[in-house]
Amino acid sequence: MARRDEDSGALFTRRALVLSLAGLAGFGALSARLYKLQILESDRYRGLSDENQFNYQLLVPSRGRILDRNGVPLAENADNFRLLLEPEQVHDLDALLVQLSKIVTLTDAGRARIKKAARRRSKSTAVVLVENLDWSTFAKANLLLPELSGVRPDVAELRVYPDGPYMAHVLGYVGRVPEDMQTDEPLLRHPGFRIGRTGVEKAKDQLLRGEAGALKVEVSALGRVVRELPDPATRARPGKDVVLTLDRSIQNFAANRLEGQSAAVCAIDIQTGAVPVLLSTPGFDPNLFAMGISGTDYKALLADDHKPLFNKSLGGTYPPASCFKPVVAVAALTHGVTDGKERIRCTGKIKLGDREFHCWKRKGHGPVNMLGAIGTSCDIYFYEMARRLGIDRIHDTALEFGFGHNFDLDIGGGNAGLVPDQAWKRARFGTSWSQGETLISGIGQGYLAATPIQLAVMTARLASGRKVVPHLMVQDTPAPDELDVQGLDYSLEALGAARAGMIAVCEAPWGTAHRLGGLGLGDIQMAGKSGTGQVRRISKVERDDRVRKNNELPWKLRDHALFVTYAPADRPRYAVAVVVEHGGGGSSVAAPPARDILRELLRSDPVTIARLSGAEQANNGAPT
Amino acid sequence: MNEFRVARIERTIPFRVKIARINWMLVLLLCLAAMTGVAVLYSIADGSWTPRAAQHGVRFGVLLLVMLGLALIDIRWWMSLAYPTYMIAILLLVGVELVGVKVMGAQRWLQLGPVRLQPAEIMKLALVLALARYYHGLAIERATSIRHLAIPALMIAAPVLLILHQPDLGTAMLVGATGVAMVFLAGLSWRVIIIGGITGLIGGIAFLIFGLHDYQRARIETFLNPESDPLGAGYHILQSKIALGSGGLTGKGFLGGTQSHLNFLPEKQTDFVFTALGEEFGFIGTLSVLILYVLILMTGMMIAGRSRHTFGRLATAGVCVTFALYVLVNISMVIGLIPVVGVPLPLISYGGTVMLTVMIGFALVMNMHIYRDAELPTGRGFFL
Repeated sequence: MARRDEDSGALFTRRALVLSLAGLAGFGALSARLYKLQILESDRYRGLSDENQFNYQLLVPSRGRILDRNGVPLAENADNFRLLLEPEQVHDLDALLVQLSKIVTLTDAGRARIKKAARRRSKSTAVVLVENLDWSTFAKANLLLPELSGVRPDVAELRVYPDGPYMAHVLGYVGRVPEDMQTDEPLLRHPGFRIGRTGVEKAKDQLLRGEAGALKVEVSALGRVVRELPDPATRARPGKDVVLTLDRSIQNFAANRLEGQSAAVCAIDIQTGAVPVLLSTPGFDPNLFAMGISGTDYKALLADDHKPLFNKSLGGTYPPASCFKPVVAVAALTHGVTDGKERIRCTGKIKLGDREFHCWKRKGHGPVNMLGAIGTSCDIYFYEMARRLGIDRIHDTALEFGFGHNFDLDIGGGNAGLVPDQAWKRARFGTSWSQGETLISGIGQGYLAATPIQLAVMTARLASGRKVVPHLMVQDTPAPDELDVQGLDYSLEALGAARAGMIAVCEAPWGTAHRLGGLGLGDIQMAGKSGTGQVRRISKVERDDRVRKNNELPWKLRDHALFVTYAPADRPRYAVAVVVEHGGGGSSVAAPPARDILRELLRSDPVTIARLSGAEQANNGAPT
Repeated sequence: MNEFRVARIERTIPFRVKIARINWMLVLLLCLAAMTGVAVLYSIADGSWTPRAAQHGVRFGVLLLVMLGLALIDIRWWMSLAYPTYMIAILLLVGVELVGVKVMGAQRWLQLGPVRLQPAEIMKLALVLALARYYHGLAIERATSIRHLAIPALMIAAPVLLILHQPDLGTAMLVGATGVAMVFLAGLSWRVIIIGGITGLIGGIAFLIFGLHDYQRARIETFLNPESDPLGAGYHILQSKIALGSGGLTGKGFLGGTQSHLNFLPEKQTDFVFTALGEEFGFIGTLSVLILYVLILMTGMMIAGRSRHTFGRLATAGVCVTFALYVLVNISMVIGLIPVVGVPLPLISYGGTVMLTVMIGFALVMNMHIYRDAELPTGRGFFL
């Protein structure tokens, strides 16, 4: 027994020694490994640890406002009260949503969206539960928050457009950053960031956007912020305000004046080129887009035949019609095809080959000179002028007055329209130009296509004789002493004849727009020209029988009503162009709103105000 | 050592002598380890005694008293309970198969009334006791021969296979390795060891290729290349290495571990407690803990070598092997030497079951120390 114990004892001691050595080797290996990890590679891991620990949180800058020329905000920021969900703190989402629906209304679609987002996002990314809450609901939610674990109140920035649809086309709107616009810039990936998608918001996005700030925060493994480290934080630099040449009150006046019409208005400050009114009706509510428009709302906007999403004032093209006649008149005098006093007999129609060309007045105007032809808008006179000029000379003159040029005011959505010439027709159709086409071009019909802003530019250039270029940003307005607008290469005589004709339109008792009764601003005279853009071709049969009136036609086939005007006639300040799509006659439909808008503009002009009060004083002073 | 050899064989030992023979060095070392655990758990809770640090300390205190109490029990009781304990552990493992509670994909727990226990944990000690008991009754020549390997092989294989089926690869390997180490210590001839080693290696490789569960395979794959998927399955290992590495020589200071405090560490109270320690106390801290463990093991092995009987030697050594494997596997895991297996760091990790196992194991060691010179029967019955 003892012997056996001794033997096995010796054996055990040997084996135990072997095992202990093996164990010690194991511990030695661990020590070596720890030495490598904690001493040799320590720097590397310390860096990784800091990376874990600290995170830079992006601070979204406050977006710059958009102001009108008087400093009134057209686009500003409001508090967006919202509730966020922290998925990692929620155990039973369904129960939470039931609780939540006692405070706020949740649609089934909204529930589905929240659940989907909570499932898909990483646990540490907050999910927006509800947005744009009113203050009382938000306050109520805050009161009940202790019972709703995982719900966090938050105040974000919401873009607000106080004038809604009236400014929509100019201002555009902001929205989430679309995927194709996302770059490496972290701000673009921030869920709270909104980027300008159209209009000024898009064009001036870099300026409005500002610069993101960064906040160094200590985060947990789940990305939850443990504390903010104020020291190395850079504050977000808010975006700059953008000041537009628009006048909010007059733009709104114009929008109200044309309510219900499918119309476009463009006004230009003739001296500077500033654009105080740029309107396209009907509009859309950009606030809907800023909040995220619903599919049904968007489809309704797309389906509307008045095209509310389309900026007609820059992109809509219409035959300039009779509004084009002053340009033809300038061309005719410049090229000496008439002296202006020459009378042309209007019988209501002329024949060219076997085709008949009609005047809008069936009985004809009798013999008319240039002044009469513009004032009464005689077609026959301008057929003759066009025939004498030829299309290429009309084309060249039209370009000088702004036709064929895309004025998009740097906000996009512009259209160059079309000014045809012989080369164009050959290139486009492969056929040669016919004289009939020259004739109808003389009265602004045919291939000619112009945008409302081109019509306003034409008016401003006719009125001033200078190459006025429109602009929308106040920063682009030249200072008074720097007004260095290039003069047009036309004689004062030629321009004067066109202006006299346009004054006659409004002020002569026989003018086409004399029923307007003028501006109504003392002795200040206005000049203008109406146009009725034909949309359909009037067949011979119909013409022989009776030309159908506009109100007998479906909306889509009615004529476009156009009116261009400027005032004061003696010292031009503002030019206005109004196009009412399928509105009917230019002088009856487009002229009254154009006159009213022009009057509003002049009432805001200090020089005109001084002139009016001076006239009053003179009147008051006369009896004494 | 010779002076002990001549000591007389004792039949009974007076209580006074028993108390005198308590190895206070071992008690001190165990206390040090447990206090380290308390300190780390206190730090992980951001300097709070709740929820774990205080409980860890109290639990250790209670178990220390239990340990000392158990150590004073007559060694023959332990011996007679060896086979029955083993049988009960086997039955419980079978019970787990049939009515076990599934937690995270593995069926490891058994609900017995209010108590929920992990039979695999009991088996660790039961196997040690049973093997020691078996070899105690075996003549030395027989212990070395291959013919008498069948019974211990069966005794090891049965629980290993049952635990493997739960599935709990880590514990199965731990239990298996402990058994094999004991067979080795009992004196199996080198020839058999070499042949068996080669066979085992081939079998092991075959098992790794064909017999693994998906989650186990994933763990091994991530282990081989943790950086490939830093936020996925390799996350644990990588974050653990970052924590340890960023600790440097002296650590980030008590309560200063950013990785552990900011929740980058998984299971920081249990399996990854060593990482939290290494982050705050640096290489000095980790090396100190390693040395502490080595001291505990050396004390244990000296007790084993000092024992006059095979039962005492093998049982003590078995407990030491189990303890050593816990430490080696856990630390290898957190520093990325082996795949992540759920093995805690004894005495420092928070958790009642493991501390219970370890403290009962050391009760056994202490008992063997007190009864080192006792004469034990060599009967081959079920009890004695």
